[in-house]
Amino acid sequence: MVNSILIKGGAIAGGAVADLLIKDGVIAEIAAKIEVHADEVIEADGYVLLPGFVDLHTHLREPGRENSETIATGSLAAARGGYVAVSAMANTLPVADNSAIVEQVAAIGKNVGLVDVFPIGAVTKGLAGHELADLGSMAHSRAQVRVFSDDGNCVSDPLMMRRALEYVKQFDGVIAQHAQDPRLTEDAQMNEGIVASTLGLKGWPAVAEESIIARDILLANMVGARLHICHVTTAGGVEIIRWAKAQGMKVTAEVTPHHLLLTDECATTYDPIYKVNPPLRTQSDVNALRRGLADGTIDIIGTDHAPHPVESKECEWQSAAFGMVGLETAFPILYTTLIAPGHITWARAIEVLSSAPAEIA
Amino acid sequence: MKHLLSINDIDKEFALTILDTAAEMAKVTEGPVKKLPTLRGKTVVNLFAEDSTRTRISFEAAAKRLSADVINFTAKGSSISKGESLKDTAQTLQALGADAVVIRHPASGAAHRLAQGKWINGTVINAGDGTHEHPSQALLDAYTIRKHLCGGTGDLSGIHVAIVGDIQHSRVARSNVLLLTKLGATVTLVAPPTLLPHQVEQWPVRVSYDFSAVLPTVDAVIMLRIQQERMSDLYFPSEREYSTLFGIDAERLALTKPNSILMHPGPMNRGLEISAEAADSDQSVVVEQVANGVSIRMAILYLFIAGSQESVNG
Repeated sequence: MVNSILIKGGAIAGGAVADLLIKDGVIAEIAAKIEVHADEVIEADGYVLLPGFVDLHTHLREPGRENSETIATGSLAAARGGYVAVSAMANTLPVADNSAIVEQVAAIGKNVGLVDVFPIGAVTKGLAGHELADLGSMAHSRAQVRVFSDDGNCVSDPLMMRRALEYVKQFDGVIAQHAQDPRLTEDAQMNEGIVASTLGLKGWPAVAEESIIARDILLANMVGARLHICHVTTAGGVEIIRWAKAQGMKVTAEVTPHHLLLTDECATTYDPIYKVNPPLRTQSDVNALRRGLADGTIDIIGTDHAPHPVESKECEWQSAAFGMVGLETAFPILYTTLIAPGHITWARAIEVLSSAPAEIA
Repeated sequence: MKHLLSINDIDKEFALTILDTAAEMAKVTEGPVKKLPTLRGKTVVNLFAEDSTRTRISFEAAAKRLSADVINFTAKGSSISKGESLKDTAQTLQALGADAVVIRHPASGAAHRLAQGKWINGTVINAGDGTHEHPSQALLDAYTIRKHLCGGTGDLSGIHVAIVGDIQHSRVARSNVLLLTKLGATVTLVAPPTLLPHQVEQWPVRVSYDFSAVLPTVDAVIMLRIQQERMSDLYFPSEREYSTLFGIDAERLALTKPNSILMHPGPMNRGLEISAEAADSDQSVVVEQVANGVSIRMAILYLFIAGSQESVNG
């Protein structure tokens, strides 16, 4: 049993080089030189020491879709990517819309023991958008759910959204909205634009995302509730959130690693590994997302890690499933796109990967 | 050049080679023995995962006139209708020893997946994929235009073509825009704004909402079939209004230059996008397009199958 670990010569949080001593799982000391006996000594010369990452947007697929991922395999991927905590989305089979399912997910996560697994509760029963899920009983269950989301689906009914935002205030819950107007995106396959027009794939307009973001910010502000916007993908969405924050409105927003890196040009191969919801957008959207993350408009990185079995991607584009994986690549992508070129500091990286998502959850 | 998936796969020079080869093929077809031994011993599979009559029989006739063995694999009653994946279908065709697969599929990009999925070795010819492309149709349209308006040789410089109707959902329009402009023609798209692709202004075309205003300047008009279900999807208010604004009838046809031609890839909705009078007029070349289709597909099969192993002229 290892009780103490001494990490020598790493750049602490990207700053000064120092030694760091961990005792019984807790940081005990940080100093220029620590000369004590430790059970394990790690030479970290040239390395950067960061706090563990927190992902507010993971699909662990269990229960019901274990052919895609399980809580055990997802935890392993998370740990490998530097994560210490993940919030598991509710679109499982059955849907995590009641205390039994969320307690089961939390218990399995604890049993696996690689990362903390926090179940997210559905906003509406069966993600169907018609009735509120058992929000209070999930909040008061052993899983202590605080984040609620119909992710995969949008809570598109404005009255349902208003009621959900208001209701979860009693236990300081937050609604994480998958902003996608369903009517504007019927059968949509990829970002609506010149690439979709040329490929003959049905377009997914930016406004379908932006109109819901704008509506929900106004609703949340009116009722004084906590709103989190999942996976923002458009320059217009960034602009709306920037405006809202400038007005003093409360909202948090997330961007995925893939939307920071890839564009709709990837679809020209018709390879459905690039098929994702929300879709990959244009280079100017990517640039706006990077700026938004750097200037604080976007608060966090959420991976939207969404694995599928191989047969769901080894087919024609329109038959393929939406989704990409991200737990193991989130940090390398953030490093390559923003940290290494100097667009964000290590301190900002720690905020978007660790402290800000931990605060929201 | 192994596959014909998109007009982007061929350059102008090769497009002209296809048209010239088709002209040679047409001579064979007009002769007493309508058959060449060129593809003897080769197997061509027509994989039609979507209903099609004229394109399938056109490719079948073309392959048979080149002496290839033809296997027809259609959606109805096949493993495709039983939910077999494209990958499994492709591997079956590979096991059958297909030298070429002619694919028609409701999914845009299906031909690309077949060609790039590393599931088969043979040549893939796109015979229409979803709302993406239909290269052989564009080639037969260019052939028809060249034959009537350019003396059957050279490119299409100076020719003005209007493509009219549901551009948004038309694979014929996409392939034609690419090919006709590549060959030097000017293309004007005529459609209600709802049936034009988003950001169409980035395509190398002109756009008009006023069909009658465009007609006096065009040399060829390509009418597109309008699907009945577009109306329920709110693309236009009524069939009657669509027909009035974007259909062609004798009155509109009279606005065109006398030597201009009227085309339609078929099947036509007589009385909707095209009146019976216009369809049967002297300017209509709709039936001839079908005949030209066989010559073009013979040229494609010859150049992509035989031509991939030996020199085209050799």
